[in-house]
Amino acid sequence: MVFTNRIFLFFTFLGALLIPLIILGILIVFLKEASLAFQKFGFVSFIFSPEWDPVFEKFGGAVPLTGTLIVAFLSLIFAVPFALGIAIFVVEVCPASLKEIVRLAIELLAAIPSIVYGMWGLFTLAPIMARYIEPFLQRVFSPIPLIGKLFEGTPLGIDLWTASIMLSIMIIPFTASIAIESFYLVPRVLKESAYGMGATKWEVIKDVMFPYCKIGILGGIGLSLGRALGETMAVAFVLGNINSFPTSLFSPTTTVTVKLANEFTEADKDIHLSALFYLALLLYILSLIVIACSKYLILRVRSR
Amino acid sequence: MIEREIRKRKVISRLALLAAFFCALWGLFWLFFIIFDVLRHGLSSINLSLFLEVPTPPGEPGGGLKHAFIGHLLITLVAVILGIPFGILGGTFLAEYGRNFRFSRFISFLADTMVSVPAIVVGAFVYAIMVKPLGHFSGWSGGVALAIIMLPVIIRTTEHMLSLVPWTMREAAFALGAPYHKVIWQVVYPSVKTGLLTGCLLAIARVSGEAAPLLFTSFNNNFLSYDMSGPMASLTVTIFVYAMGPYEDWHGKAWGAALVITLAILLINLTARLMLKKGGKS
Repeated sequence: MVFTNRIFLFFTFLGALLIPLIILGILIVFLKEASLAFQKFGFVSFIFSPEWDPVFEKFGGAVPLTGTLIVAFLSLIFAVPFALGIAIFVVEVCPASLKEIVRLAIELLAAIPSIVYGMWGLFTLAPIMARYIEPFLQRVFSPIPLIGKLFEGTPLGIDLWTASIMLSIMIIPFTASIAIESFYLVPRVLKESAYGMGATKWEVIKDVMFPYCKIGILGGIGLSLGRALGETMAVAFVLGNINSFPTSLFSPTTTVTVKLANEFTEADKDIHLSALFYLALLLYILSLIVIACSKYLILRVRSR
Repeated sequence: MIEREIRKRKVISRLALLAAFFCALWGLFWLFFIIFDVLRHGLSSINLSLFLEVPTPPGEPGGGLKHAFIGHLLITLVAVILGIPFGILGGTFLAEYGRNFRFSRFISFLADTMVSVPAIVVGAFVYAIMVKPLGHFSGWSGGVALAIIMLPVIIRTTEHMLSLVPWTMREAAFALGAPYHKVIWQVVYPSVKTGLLTGCLLAIARVSGEAAPLLFTSFNNNFLSYDMSGPMASLTVTIFVYAMGPYEDWHGKAWGAALVITLAILLINLTARLMLKKGGKS
């Protein structure tokens, strides 16, 4: 009996051990696979070189790395205000009978496969953007100096703008659900005392709930950022995969994930594949840090 | 004067809450837009031959995606067989045997982090450890990649579900002289079986929509194949290839496949949540 218990204990331990093993394993395997490119290009010159030339075997990650960061931050800018608005609506405005339904619907946004988003983005969203939204934005913003520069170029719909808008829809649920969760954790007494002093609902939200929840909300935003950094298929459809820096919101570029998806199986030279692994390694480390930090923040809120 | 100030604050409050309402509308608008659009394009491609016929040569209309449906089911099945048992075992360790160790809290934290690791990174990892050494793409490696994505999800749900079981229940069984593994199997697991099942369903729903980890592992195959050690078609990769392809007929099939997979995933999600709600009440 004791023996069976030991065996079962051993297997459960093995299952739990798989997690750190895989996380470390990915790191070690990527380090090994990327070593060829690392020896040839180093670290600083790799991340700052915009060259990506499989024919002459010159590889630098500057364009996909900046692309990844720009797309992720733009989508955050578009997603966070709406996500917080949704959280406020669900917690404070929505009638009780609809709360669960709205919450579920928003969470379903995250359940739709990213490949479906990508296809919809390519066939439906991109043409709409190219035909209506982008020319409209150009007409409105181009007379303004500096800001007008952001909206230059031919509106083709396959660009930073479309990719960021689509990505923002995909990452809304992550910030929203964490924000909803933290809003519910605000002690009732705290809110009531503010109401008692004559505060309006918005003032309670702005001056009591937000300060109370800021750490949790920051964690939620971090989670969304982590998602945006690693999203592949949706962006692959609407970003164009062109290895050049974007000059405006309406120019195509590439990200680490899109480059991986498009070139990984076609890389016939070792150094090409190794450079791709190098990019994957950088992306992996970056997203691990972002996600771990945001999970830590969320954990702190939950244990309060 | 004060009255005007109060009125102003009230108006601002109303406007802010109205803005929140529009934010919710914005989210719901996209959800319905996407679902409606997938339905509109996909329904016309849904017919029996989509499920029952293999593809015709590129460019020729007709045929179906039987190879991708079969491949997708097989790959997901491998992921389920690998991911669920290990996930439940690991979650059991974290919530039962190892519940008092700091080490276990750390693993939970790592699992939480791993849930959000980019799927394409997992694909590249499995490529390096399985596809490259063996020299060819395989359905097995696709299944392994999906299992890796599934594992942390299952571990965390299991841990959470088991921690909801009150300790007095375990103690009652201990008092009868039951060893710990019997307590887990005969008291703890049965009392959370709905929860575990929903957790597994949600994890399956999550991985069955993944395309990125399959690109470098199971790759793609234009022919019907039951051979897990060779390249294998999947619905998601087929959607990627067909949607990017030049033929109208391919686009139609990609929409059809997208509709099937979206509906399946939404359905699993809703069922799982409904089960959880009913299970939670009883």
